[in-house]
Amino acid sequence: MKRQQCDVLVVGAGPAGMAAAWCAARCGRAVLLADENSGLGGQIWRAEASAAPRAVRQWLKRLASSGVEILAGAAAFEADAGQKQVRFEREFEPLEVRYGRLILATGARELFLPFPGWTRPGIVGAGGIQALIKGGFTVTGRQAVVAGTGPLLIAAAALLKRHGADVVGILEQTSWERFSRFSMGLWKYPGKLLQAAGLVVGKRGVPLQTGWWLVGSGNDTPLEPDRLEWVEITNGDKVAKVWCDLLAYGYGLRPNTELAALLGCRVARGAVVVDELQRTSRDGVLAAGELTGIGGAELSLVEGHIAGYAAADQPRRARAHFAARARQRRFAAELERAFELREELKSAVTEDTIVCRCEDVTAGACSGIRSWKEAKMATRCGMGACQGRTCGAAAEFLYGWRVDSVRPPIVPVRVGTLAGERDRD
Amino acid sequence: MSKTVRIILNGHNRDVPAGATLASALLALGLTRFRTSVHGQPRAPLCGMGVCQECRLTVDGRMHVRACLLPCRDGMSVETDIP
Repeated sequence: MKRQQCDVLVVGAGPAGMAAAWCAARCGRAVLLADENSGLGGQIWRAEASAAPRAVRQWLKRLASSGVEILAGAAAFEADAGQKQVRFEREFEPLEVRYGRLILATGARELFLPFPGWTRPGIVGAGGIQALIKGGFTVTGRQAVVAGTGPLLIAAAALLKRHGADVVGILEQTSWERFSRFSMGLWKYPGKLLQAAGLVVGKRGVPLQTGWWLVGSGNDTPLEPDRLEWVEITNGDKVAKVWCDLLAYGYGLRPNTELAALLGCRVARGAVVVDELQRTSRDGVLAAGELTGIGGAELSLVEGHIAGYAAADQPRRARAHFAARARQRRFAAELERAFELREELKSAVTEDTIVCRCEDVTAGACSGIRSWKEAKMATRCGMGACQGRTCGAAAEFLYGWRVDSVRPPIVPVRVGTLAGERDRD
Repeated sequence: MSKTVRIILNGHNRDVPAGATLASALLALGLTRFRTSVHGQPRAPLCGMGVCQECRLTVDGRMHVRACLLPCRDGMSVETDIP
């Protein structure tokens, strides 16, 4: 097996990971920055095939001159905090990295709440559509609906619009009162993505409707039953049908805690627990960014700085960023309050609505089950390829189960990779 | 005109934009069935970022490759489970 060694290993190259890697490298540490994507920037700063955003270009330049070694396309699938090693699969080959300090910056994923027909092709994530468009998916002329909750919806609508889609509307589940209170308070946090995106959407006339949510999707063309033709929405009182051939939706973000949990780091309320220097409960393992709680790119950047300096044993330099972090955390708290999920979203799920997409387990099959463990054994819910990453968070919301099991490999890899072999060729 | 690369989808040559991810390129070609679910339903990319596993395909004979994480390369051979 291929092996590498470094002082500081950073897993995840979004804002938090990039900042952490740069800060540690500035202090003279040998830094490896790994990401399973082929490009840097994470989800929020994912570069469009043609041009990277300015923030990403600036960070790429910084990293290039800092001596940070970049491992793109490397998916971490196993780790051991005692041995101080993380194993990756890269280009279908296993790679073992031994570290002095480890900084986790694995970010967050979207929460997809089930509703009837949500597995239909043409239904993608609100963050998902941005990733796919930036990856080269053309949406010109598509009729798109954007639904769910949170600032991501506005960013998704703006990008869809810019790429020539006809955005029928944005359906935000939160109430108008909460949404407007949040929007009015944004002046306190200059530079927030939402302001810029909101302006774009507003100017080009994409209607935003608060207090509506998804309850169905369907199709009236029997010859092409798989095609998305409409979504059904409700405000709890009325039900309406909206015609579209593309739905981008998502109910906010949830931290990616799998790698941290595998290392034995303490996770509470779905997020990795850290101290003021971004240190987790495991010796030598730090965490920065949205896996410690959802708060946006600016908070991730600040936490990345703190973690990078802390990992390089420069607590004084880390402390210089504490005030900025406190300010961004206040914003995170406001964000959470504004886009809190309404209880009624649970009743969008019917008996035959699929909850676990990997194993096609329906809500009906989950009824009467009391825990995640029981669901796994009785129904195979959460036992498929995504290892409960999609249905687990949904089940937490729908049924109140505590979803905490994690086992290696945390992403599907070749059998040969597990055995540490090199690939055939 | 922007550059393209040629991939082979279920035995047919297809030109896709250079630099595109496989998932995005296949969506742009109109593919709706990336994989077939346990109960025979068509599935296509949901998360677009390597989490949901709905875009898994066979690439150059390797099964269960996440198309959303893989950049298209010239000569790449891609198979869906039901062509």
